[in-house]
Amino acid sequence: MNAFGTELDGARERWVRSGGPDRADGPDRADGSDRADGPDRVELCVAELGDPADPTVVLLHGYPDSKEVWAPVAQRLQERFHVVLYDVRGCGRSTAPSPLRGGFTLEKLTDDFLAVADAVSPDAPVHLVGHDWGSVQGWEFTTVRRTEGRIASFTSVSGPSLDHFGHWIKERAVRPTPRRAAQLLGQGARSWYVYALHTPVLPEAAWRGPLGKRWPDLLERSEKVPKGPYPTASLPSDAAHGAWLYRDNVRERTRRPRPDAYAHAPVQLITPTGDAFLSARLYDDLERWAPGLVRRTVRAGHWVPRTRPGQLADWIAEFVDRQADGPAPAPARRTLPTGGKARAERYERYARRFAGRLVLVTGAASGIGRATAFAFAEAGARIVAVDRDAEGAARTADLARLLGAPEAWAECVDVSDEAAMEKLAARTAEAHGVVDVLVNNAGIGVAGAFLDTPPETWRKVLDVNLWGVLHGCRVFGRQMAERGEGGHIVNTASAAAFQPSRTMSAYSTSKAAVLMLSECLRAELGDRDIGVTAVCPGIVATGITSATLFTGVPEEEQRRLRERTTRLYGRRNYPPERVADAILRAVHDDLPVVPVTPEAHGLRLLARFAPRLRRAVARAEPRL
Amino acid sequence: MRTLASPHVTQDLAGFREVQRLAYACAEAVAGRLTPGTTERDAARMQREWLRRRGVSDWFHLPFAWFGDRTAFTGFRVPTQFFPSGRRLEPGMPFVLDLAPVYRGFTADVGYSGCLGPDPLHTRMLDDLLDHRDLILRGVRERRPLRTVYEDVDRLMMRQGYANRHRAYPFGVIAHKVGRVRDRRRSPRILGFGTQALKGLASDALHGHREGWSPLWSPYRFSDHPPAPGLWAVEPHLGFRGTGVKFEELLVVTDSRDPEESAFWLDDDLPHVRRRHPVGQGRHPVGQDGQKGTGR
Repeated sequence: MNAFGTELDGARERWVRSGGPDRADGPDRADGSDRADGPDRVELCVAELGDPADPTVVLLHGYPDSKEVWAPVAQRLQERFHVVLYDVRGCGRSTAPSPLRGGFTLEKLTDDFLAVADAVSPDAPVHLVGHDWGSVQGWEFTTVRRTEGRIASFTSVSGPSLDHFGHWIKERAVRPTPRRAAQLLGQGARSWYVYALHTPVLPEAAWRGPLGKRWPDLLERSEKVPKGPYPTASLPSDAAHGAWLYRDNVRERTRRPRPDAYAHAPVQLITPTGDAFLSARLYDDLERWAPGLVRRTVRAGHWVPRTRPGQLADWIAEFVDRQADGPAPAPARRTLPTGGKARAERYERYARRFAGRLVLVTGAASGIGRATAFAFAEAGARIVAVDRDAEGAARTADLARLLGAPEAWAECVDVSDEAAMEKLAARTAEAHGVVDVLVNNAGIGVAGAFLDTPPETWRKVLDVNLWGVLHGCRVFGRQMAERGEGGHIVNTASAAAFQPSRTMSAYSTSKAAVLMLSECLRAELGDRDIGVTAVCPGIVATGITSATLFTGVPEEEQRRLRERTTRLYGRRNYPPERVADAILRAVHDDLPVVPVTPEAHGLRLLARFAPRLRRAVARAEPRL
Repeated sequence: MRTLASPHVTQDLAGFREVQRLAYACAEAVAGRLTPGTTERDAARMQREWLRRRGVSDWFHLPFAWFGDRTAFTGFRVPTQFFPSGRRLEPGMPFVLDLAPVYRGFTADVGYSGCLGPDPLHTRMLDDLLDHRDLILRGVRERRPLRTVYEDVDRLMMRQGYANRHRAYPFGVIAHKVGRVRDRRRSPRILGFGTQALKGLASDALHGHREGWSPLWSPYRFSDHPPAPGLWAVEPHLGFRGTGVKFEELLVVTDSRDPEESAFWLDDDLPHVRRRHPVGQGRHPVGQDGQKGTGR
């Protein structure tokens, strides 16, 4: 039990001495008496979870935090790893050096890390994970010579190396092209707090006064960090002491960055795209310093260890496992789908975001659903392919694995069946975890005059096209919301959602409902970081035409119409792969409504700016 | 100049079979010599030289070679993009060789798909491609209109999850007729196509136009007729996210009433057919844990 009643209950605690003439470990003690003796000597509070025989993962916190910031991640990792957390000197329950000035240099912090690593894992190198200043320190540890052989891997979250940062600034200041100048100014503006922390006394006063009191509210409002046991009661003194991290290091290192700051351990970089303090541009040429860098991006704010603990734990575990399997490179990447630099970059971006994520696609046995499953598979996502057609879904899953999905499963479910969807959701969560991206794509086509459309047909089309989407959003949306780590829902609407037509009343109605549902859900779930997209493809060559119900015509005519429309759609020849591309872009960039084909764009413009013309188009009778 | 109307004359078939084997031998020999860094132009030249050394002097068309995503004709808009480019082969890249030599007056047109290094996806696609070989033969034996057979192939490709890439060929053809050509000393070419062979195709087109058939097997109305007797070079071409595989070989169509005799593949001893039988090569996916989740 520790002093502040935090979430690290059950952790084994010990004290490690660092600094001063003798760097031997302190004895384990239950009480806090006989603290650091001599100047510049500190006692570090270390917490351990999990079995010490497992690989050791050291989680290092940032500013203004204490080790408790990592609690949710540590809990998820402790089953498989020996998890070690410690309070950086001056923070949490570790003692502060005296005097403070000059006591927080990166050299001294390196001493602390080595002392802890020697105490908790004397024989094997440790896997290091740092957030914010913990990551800044991590970069220092990973790039100085004296830690060589003590670090097995390093996962960096939201904290650059000050040396790399120094070089980054220098390169942009020396040759300020407009783009580079903009990058420099952008990061300059984001770094306002760094300048503020260099003022003497005032920051300390603020932290010990009103800012310390308001901080939890601020965090919740601006960063969506849920309130609770975190931040701990030690926050004001953590923050006040931590100001010296900036004062002791930032000016020194950015002015005279080390020229040899090359990483001697594999590095994984996790970049939150919504970070208010660090520009993603900072990491642009990081491969120069860390060869073989693995990049991941996550749509979140700065405090990822609190807001995305599950995702972070997955990535950490995967990266640690990869090192254990030997220095084998990342799984063999297939040749890029298409040439061209832009395409390759896009592919890279998607792989950073979607690798290892769980994507569930309905209607995945053919057409747009199948192409979407393949596109996500290519980006390294895990796929659940759902369809009524079991054979087709199984085939999608097979090919998805061949394309690069680490795992893929097929599920035979009718989306209009509420109970079956509930079961599917429960089964999926149980076996594979909560779905990160849901693509409600299953749909059927119906065409024919309203007066010729019997109620059963209406029921059928609404059951699949609308209720299928509703069930998906309900059961999987709830799971996403309960997990609290965000997610994304894509609903396949149609260009028919904004273009009325005399021959497609049932279909258009169902798709318009899907469009509106998506917009409403987006408004509601946005607070929980769940994005919702309505995709409106247009005329795409898929199997939907060969199964479309043409109402009010005899069987023979029905077959002719199906063949005819299939040929027409085939001649239009817009491939479902391009719709899949649009879906990945929509999820990546969190777009609300995505028309895909040119005609879909055109009809949307028509609906907005020329409603009379749109009605005239609706009256036209297509000749088939 | 006259194309062969009824090629079930044994001697003629032997001649066609010989040149088809020669062409496949060339494709295999060149494929075996491809290394990282070889360009498409190099590969085309290697095929040309290999066949020249063995007495080929006329062509239905000059050899083609496609590497990487060009095997799936990604981004092809104009016909000139079919010609061999400076694209270099890299490890793991798929490639397709397509050559059509004329030897002693007999024409062959063959396609060969390979991959530089093992790729389970490529293997899977080659396996799936063989289903089309069976499907096409069945359709032709049933005397179904060629356009319908074409649509059957389209549907099977869609079910398999692949895209139809023969649609990118001129007229979107899945096959075209070939025949005997006269041995000439000079064999001029237009855009890589032998004039003799083009002449044959043109005269077929003329005859066919009068009789209601076409030497091009396409998705369009002019192919809405039962298979015409003769030799058809059939080339189904699958594309899947930047990987393309095809075969091309001669299908013999006769006017016989017996279904077995009415249509048959000229030769069953070809590289892409032989791969069906080797030991230990099941057609099962390189799967992981038991999935097939039918309502588990």
